[in-house]
Amino acid sequence: MKEYNPEYVGTETKYVFVESPTTTPQDLAITAYEVAMGVMIKETCFGVQVTGTPEEVARVVDRLRKLDPFHIFIKDRGFPPGDERRCRANLGGSRPGYLGHEYEIGLSRFISHGLKETDTMKPDDLKKKAQPIRRDEPLEIDELLSIIEKEA
Amino acid sequence: MAKVFIYPATSLMLSDLVARFGHKPLGSALSVREHIQAGGFDSPPLQITPEDPKKGLHWAAVEVPSGVRGRMSLYGPLIEEAEAAIIIEESDFAFGCMGCARTNELLIFLLKQKGIPILELSYPKSQEEGITFVASIKAFLAGLGGEEA
Repeated sequence: MKEYNPEYVGTETKYVFVESPTTTPQDLAITAYEVAMGVMIKETCFGVQVTGTPEEVARVVDRLRKLDPFHIFIKDRGFPPGDERRCRANLGGSRPGYLGHEYEIGLSRFISHGLKETDTMKPDDLKKKAQPIRRDEPLEIDELLSIIEKEA
Repeated sequence: MAKVFIYPATSLMLSDLVARFGHKPLGSALSVREHIQAGGFDSPPLQITPEDPKKGLHWAAVEVPSGVRGRMSLYGPLIEEAEAAIIIEESDFAFGCMGCARTNELLIFLLKQKGIPILELSYPKSQEEGITFVASIKAFLAGLGGEEA
């Protein structure tokens, strides 16, 4: 074990993802640089990462969200960009955690649609729409057996 | 503004929606950030030191594997802080090793034991379900009070 001197103490990092037909990660990066004022911006293939004091980061991400509010998604990140323990430049292959983002970005089109539709809804309409999603019951094992026997 | 625990704790969509509607999402990134910004000994990858499984004893018994207790040292303080929770049931990407699975079960148990408002839902699989998903979260968060984004 060796002594550990953390970097970027007191900062926070946020991911800004974009999945939009009209806004590209490059648009995000250009806007982020325009309003950065010293905040660290890291361009990525899915959007940007913003690192700075909580107030600075909030200012930048609020501005970025306005670019395309229904298609931009923001979340906290624990590690700063380029951290050797997470950066794929050091690890080789996908960054741990990327699979989760990939999975959820695949669902973003449904959520973007939901955000757009609920944006102007009144509270009563919202409550009507907020019903639990009903899924089909899983196939009964006896029913599966009878299908197999029928097909055999 | 309420502090809302999100499950899966790394969820991008839940984190975004909770923050978007004016509340604070409590996800694993906050605990990881706290760990890696604290000094001490180098203990990659998540800066989990031998002290952490001991802290985990607060939420899990001593016979529970250290992997679960180590994870609980990340999630436990968030559960203590949580004033509400949103849980996505059977989320595929929360799937992991046995340590993750047992920790996930314990997390949901502790959240339910706490008696805070909990919203349970599934990931949307169509546009119509997308509306239901967002409307459920928006209505739930509006019920917690605070400003709306």
